[in-house]
Amino acid sequence: MEKNIFNKYTFYWILTVALFYLAIQGLISANILRAYYQSILLLIGINIILALGLNLIIGITGQFSLGHAGYMAIGAYSAAITLKYVNGIQGLILGMLIGALITALIAFLVGLPVLRLKGDYLAIATLGVGEIIRIIILNLDITNKAAGINNIDRLASIPLIFGFVILAVIVTSNFKRSALGRACISIFQDEIASEAMGINVTRYKVMSFIFGAILASFGGALFATTYSVVRPEFFGLNQSIDTLVIVVFGGMGSLTGTVVAAFALGIINLLLQPLGDTRMILYAMALIAIMIFRPKGLMGSFEASWKNFKLRKPKLAHGKVNE
Amino acid sequence: MSLLSVQKLTKNFGGITAVSNVSFTVETGELVGLIGPNGAGKTTLFNVLTGVYDPTEGKILLTKGDKTIELSKLPPYKITHHGVARTFQNIRLFKDLSALDNVKIAMNEDAQYGLIGALLRLPRFYRSETDIDQRARAFLKEVHLDELAEIKAKNLPYGKQRQLEIARAMATGAKILFLDEPAAGMNPQETQALTKFIKDIKTKMNLTIVLIEHDMSLVMEICERIFVLDYGKLIAEGTPDQIKHNPKVIEAYLGDED
Repeated sequence: MEKNIFNKYTFYWILTVALFYLAIQGLISANILRAYYQSILLLIGINIILALGLNLIIGITGQFSLGHAGYMAIGAYSAAITLKYVNGIQGLILGMLIGALITALIAFLVGLPVLRLKGDYLAIATLGVGEIIRIIILNLDITNKAAGINNIDRLASIPLIFGFVILAVIVTSNFKRSALGRACISIFQDEIASEAMGINVTRYKVMSFIFGAILASFGGALFATTYSVVRPEFFGLNQSIDTLVIVVFGGMGSLTGTVVAAFALGIINLLLQPLGDTRMILYAMALIAIMIFRPKGLMGSFEASWKNFKLRKPKLAHGKVNE
Repeated sequence: MSLLSVQKLTKNFGGITAVSNVSFTVETGELVGLIGPNGAGKTTLFNVLTGVYDPTEGKILLTKGDKTIELSKLPPYKITHHGVARTFQNIRLFKDLSALDNVKIAMNEDAQYGLIGALLRLPRFYRSETDIDQRARAFLKEVHLDELAEIKAKNLPYGKQRQLEIARAMATGAKILFLDEPAAGMNPQETQALTKFIKDIKTKMNLTIVLIEHDMSLVMEICERIFVLDYGKLIAEGTPDQIKHNPKVIEAYLGDED
C-alpha cells in the first residue's frame, strides 16, 4: 500500500494519459483524424462516462438498472435549458451542476423504495422510472415538449470531453478501490452476508445508484452540447440498452472493460458504416460472437494497473514469449 | 449481569410458532451448544438473534460495558456493530474475492474516511487503508490462514472456507459469535481440524461462542453448556453429560418408548 497520492503509479498514469492525449492531438494536426472521426471520438467519450456510471450500479453493486437514459435526459435538458440563459462554458458547468442535483434527488427518492427489489423486478421498476422521466419531459413546457430544444451551444471539443472522461475514470476507480467500493462489491457477492458483516446495505446501494445516475446526467449534458439538439425520443429504452451493452460487453465490474468496450463498439460501428442497413445485423452478430467467445465480457474482471504490470520475460527456448 | 440475556423470545410465521417462549443467558467466555432435531427452530432462533427476523415477542439484551442494549429491533448490520456476528449454515463467503478482501470487508466499519476522502484520495484514505491492510493480514496470520490471503474464497478447500467464514465473522470485532452448523458436510479429519480451530480462536481472542451443530462428537467435546430445542421450545439445558442422560432429550431425538 502506498503512503500517499504522490507515488510512482500516479506518475505512470499521468504519463500514460498525457501520451494518449498527445497522440490524439498529433493525429488531428496531421489531418489523419478528420472531423468525422473526431465526432465519433466525442461520442465514444460520452459513452464511456455513461457506461462507467452504469457499471457502478450494475457491475459493482449488482443492481440491475434499465433507467439510465432517464438520468441522462435530466442532465441533457438541464444543460440545454441553462445554456439558453448563460452562455459559454460557465453555462455548461452550471447546467451540469443543476442536472446533477436534480438527478441525485430523483435517484435518492426512487432508489430508497426501488432498491428493495431484486433482479428482474428491479430492472422493470427502473425501466419504469426512466420512462416516467422521459414522458414528464415530453409534456413540460420548459423542455419544449416533443419538439425538444434546438440550437444548443456547441461547446464540446476533444479536450473538454477528454477531461471529463478522465475525471469520470478517476472518481469511479477511486470509489471502486476504497472501503465504500468493497462494501458495494460485497453486496453484489452476497447481500445477506454483507449485512451480517456490518455493511449498511441500503446506504451503499442508494449511494452507488445516485453516483451512477449523476455520471449519466453528466454524459447527457455533454451529449446535449455535442449534438446541439435534445429530444425526448433520444432517451428511451434503446439508449439505456446501448449503455448496458457497453457494460456487459466490457465485463461487469471492470472499469477498464467499459473503456475498452466503448472504443471497440465505436470502432465496430464505424467500420460497418459503409454497409448501410445491414450494419445493424452485423453489429448484433458481432455482439453475439463476442459474448459466445468471451462470456464474461472482453475484460472479465480485469483492471489495468501499473502496480501489477510486469514485463513478461521469455521463458521458453527459441525466443518465444511465454504467455 | 449476563453477556447475553434472551427473555421469552417468540417468533411466529403466520400460524406457525417456530420459536416459542425461549429464555436463556450466555456468560462471557462461554462456549454454548444449541442442539435439537431437524426443524426444531435452531436456525430461526439464530436469525432472530442476529436481526434477520424481528421477534414476535420477547427481548434480547446485550451487556456492553455497563450499558444494556436491546437488540431485538435493530437491523443486522447494527447488531454486528454491537459485537455480535454470525456464520451461515450454507457458507456465504464473498466467493469471487480473496480471503484478504473477505476479511477487509468485515473491517469496513473501521475505515476513517468517507466518500470525499475516497474519491479525492486524501491522506486519510492512504493512512486508513494501510492500517486496514496490515490489520487484515495480521488477523489472517493469527488464525493461521495467512498463506491463503490472496486466494479467491471459492477456490479454497471446503474446510478452509468454513474457517475463513468464522474468521471473517470475528474480524468484525465480534465479542459473541453465532456459528450455524460449522461442521456441516465435513469429513472426520476436517471436523477435528475445525474443533481445534474453534478452541484455539476462542482462547486467543477471548470470544463467547454459541453454536448449532448436529455432529455430537464436536458438541460433546467443546461445549461447556448445551441447550436443547424441540418444536421451538427449550426442553433441556445442562452440561454435555447431563444432556446425554436427559430423558426428554432422548425422547426428542429417538421418540417415546411406546
